[in-house]
Amino acid sequence: MSADLSTLSESIRVRPLTAPTRRSREPAAIEQTEPKVVVKDLRFYYKKFEALKGINLTLYDKRVTAFVGPSGCGKSTLLRVLNRIYELYPGQRATGEVLIDGRNILEPGQDLNLLRAKVGMVFQKPTPFPMSIYDNIAFGIRLYERLSASEVDERVEHALRRAALWDEVKDKLRQSGLSLSGGQQQRLCIARAVAVKPEILLLDEPASALDPISTQRIEELIAELKSDYCIAIVTHNMQQAARSSDFTAFMYLGELIEFNVTETIFTHPRERRTEDYITGRFG
Amino acid sequence: MTLYARRRAINLAYLALSWAATGVGLAVLFLILWTLLRNGIPALSPELFTTVTPPPGSRGGLANAIYGSVVMTAVATLVGTPIGILTGTYLAEYGRESWLAPVVRFVNDILLSAPSIIIGLFVYELMVVRMGHFSAWAGSVALAIIVIPVVVRTTENMMLLVPASLREAAIALGAPRWKVVVDVIYRAALQGMLTGVMLAIARIAGETAPLLFTALNNQFWSTDMNAPMANLPYVIFQFALSPYADWQVLAWGGAMVITFTILALNILARILTSGSDRNP
Repeated sequence: MSADLSTLSESIRVRPLTAPTRRSREPAAIEQTEPKVVVKDLRFYYKKFEALKGINLTLYDKRVTAFVGPSGCGKSTLLRVLNRIYELYPGQRATGEVLIDGRNILEPGQDLNLLRAKVGMVFQKPTPFPMSIYDNIAFGIRLYERLSASEVDERVEHALRRAALWDEVKDKLRQSGLSLSGGQQQRLCIARAVAVKPEILLLDEPASALDPISTQRIEELIAELKSDYCIAIVTHNMQQAARSSDFTAFMYLGELIEFNVTETIFTHPRERRTEDYITGRFG
Repeated sequence: MTLYARRRAINLAYLALSWAATGVGLAVLFLILWTLLRNGIPALSPELFTTVTPPPGSRGGLANAIYGSVVMTAVATLVGTPIGILTGTYLAEYGRESWLAPVVRFVNDILLSAPSIIIGLFVYELMVVRMGHFSAWAGSVALAIIVIPVVVRTTENMMLLVPASLREAAIALGAPRWKVVVDVIYRAALQGMLTGVMLAIARIAGETAPLLFTALNNQFWSTDMNAPMANLPYVIFQFALSPYADWQVLAWGGAMVITFTILALNILARILTSGSDRNP
């Protein structure tokens, strides 16, 4: 932890531009890209319980945004709003605005399936479908595209390569996805999400059930994928947030306490609570 | 006694009880199979499968009864299984917010525990009385009514056992609900659902009461679904109670045929579903 922080502060000294601008909410240090997702006054309810209390936030294209905070603070809930998967469960609802490319996805009359094809999600526990490795990937591809067998083959290979899994599975594509190890299963799930060509990728603690080596591979993968997607990642691992994200959002009890460039959050947090949490004093 | 010795003693006692209980269960099962084999094998001959039920004192087999049982069981399964699976799917996937689902579930549970003779009487009133005669159709319908609640129950339970995370993962890809159900949930629940269907088949293959009032029996070879049809349970019932030794032997033969057919079906289902797509 301390080693990470010191390297971070070093890099700050090398690039003085990254010093936090105290007043402005807009992070200026990282090269700005297009805002991909704009969240305005988002409130979320589980029945009567208000789990998100007016979140305002922007996710930038081709950037990784990490969400950190103690369990139950609403990080996962926020992610689950972005593809409206919460709608599966009665009694859950969201108010406010979530603009993806300027369109409010919370408005009624959305094609939720299309939305979810555009906003991919990977979960904490690897969830390979009970079918072959090949079919796990092809399942999503075939949903919205009519492709020839060879085109599907290509897409499957491409997705598996992107997820750094191809070399490990190319000789056993017909085997069950369940036969893979946990880390491989999770990369299969990432490959599956990527194969659909989403624009936004939501990762809900993608590495928390994995060993350090698999975790490292997932992090490398995130760094790789960042060039093409807008990525949001929930994590309980501070080093992971520090290592793999460009922006970090600290949430606490359903509120967004602080949002800024990751380096700034980890070196000069504006809020006392952020500092306490990232240094492990509470949470 | 030290704590460790105490724990070992309790463990041993519990283990012994579990073994004993398992032993009793298995012993009864093997006793049944043994008795069936011992008494049934003398009846085993090509004639058992090729000739129809004889009058007392002459030679014959069970061909008409075997045919009737197979046909009525098959029709009942073909009619009952889709209804059962679709209803179970509704309960597990679509009916969660609806007031209808608990009602359907409750009624289904009642149907599941309804005495089969009541179902026989119901179909008698519904079909036999109106048609004016007993028929294999009526028998099949009565058996289908027994199949449905078994399949509904197991389908719903097995689909609910599929982790929510798997459902969410498929939906998060943008898959429409029906595709999630058909391609992912059914696959994950397949083994359990098939076990449910097998259970239902095993149950109806041996049901006598619902057939008493519906298909009745037929001494002759008949493939007419609109006429009374012979079936193994009824023939076993009739022959086993008769005073004629040759009929009694045929009854044992019939009992053995039913039992081992169901055993074979179950083993077959196990083999078919133990493919590479599932966890061991």
